[in-house]
Amino acid sequence: MLSIESKTVRAIQTPLISASTTTRRQALAVGLGLSAAVLVRPAAATQDEMTQAMNAFAAGARIQVGRVFLDVARLVDNGNAVPATVSVESPMSPTDHVTAIAIFNERNPQTEVASFQLGPRGGLAKVSTRIRLATTQKLAAVARMNDGSCWSHTIEVFVTLAACIETD
Amino acid sequence: MARTLINLPKSIRRGDTVEIQTLIAHPMETGYRPGSDGVILARDLIRHFKCFFSDASGQDLVFSAELFPAISANPYLAFHLRATGNGTLTLIWEGDQGFRQTETVALQVTD
Repeated sequence: MLSIESKTVRAIQTPLISASTTTRRQALAVGLGLSAAVLVRPAAATQDEMTQAMNAFAAGARIQVGRVFLDVARLVDNGNAVPATVSVESPMSPTDHVTAIAIFNERNPQTEVASFQLGPRGGLAKVSTRIRLATTQKLAAVARMNDGSCWSHTIEVFVTLAACIETD
Repeated sequence: MARTLINLPKSIRRGDTVEIQTLIAHPMETGYRPGSDGVILARDLIRHFKCFFSDASGQDLVFSAELFPAISANPYLAFHLRATGNGTLTLIWEGDQGFRQTETVALQVTD
């Protein structure tokens, strides 16, 4: 009974002591944290930046989900060249067509991947390219129609070998 | 001059929607990557791509693209064109360090 009481007292006292003096263990932890922060490079885009970039592309229109299909393999072996295809359901007639498509990512150094301008001359709203992915992350494709409405599709991809890591 | 590959279907009927596949040899250096000496390699990107279709009635922009560092080396772009008649496709790549390349392809349609 007595021993339990003394333990409780020590547990209460400990935080008070460590608040005033830095222990060796804390100093080590801080050191590890700092070195980890230094190793992270380069600064990655964030979810906020991606949302901002998407809204800037939409130019004030509400981004609705649907009509767009972003086709990327869900499990990516090599992030250096990932085939990506965006297709949009649209008749591509002079009165109803896609004017622009943009692809965004969440965790690469820059949130923009590519933007494409299309017109009724194209006949089919489908664009393919190959992209780089720095890590496992979200990708979004946004399409802007000639009436100003915007449609999107967001997917999550898993990357096993990242781009931007290996050197020459 | 960078090497390019431009692929069109072998035979195109009038009114068909055809896929145009393009590839250009270019490192697309991101400007985020250190070289073997640890110094960040200078950014060298293709920034813009444009494809025009021209015939007797004039020139139309078919497709254009703005490219960012997240596009792989040797950028591949595939897009579509509604083949309304004979004409010429002009493809233009523009980028950093004054990079500019123009290729033309004849578009022949059969009825």
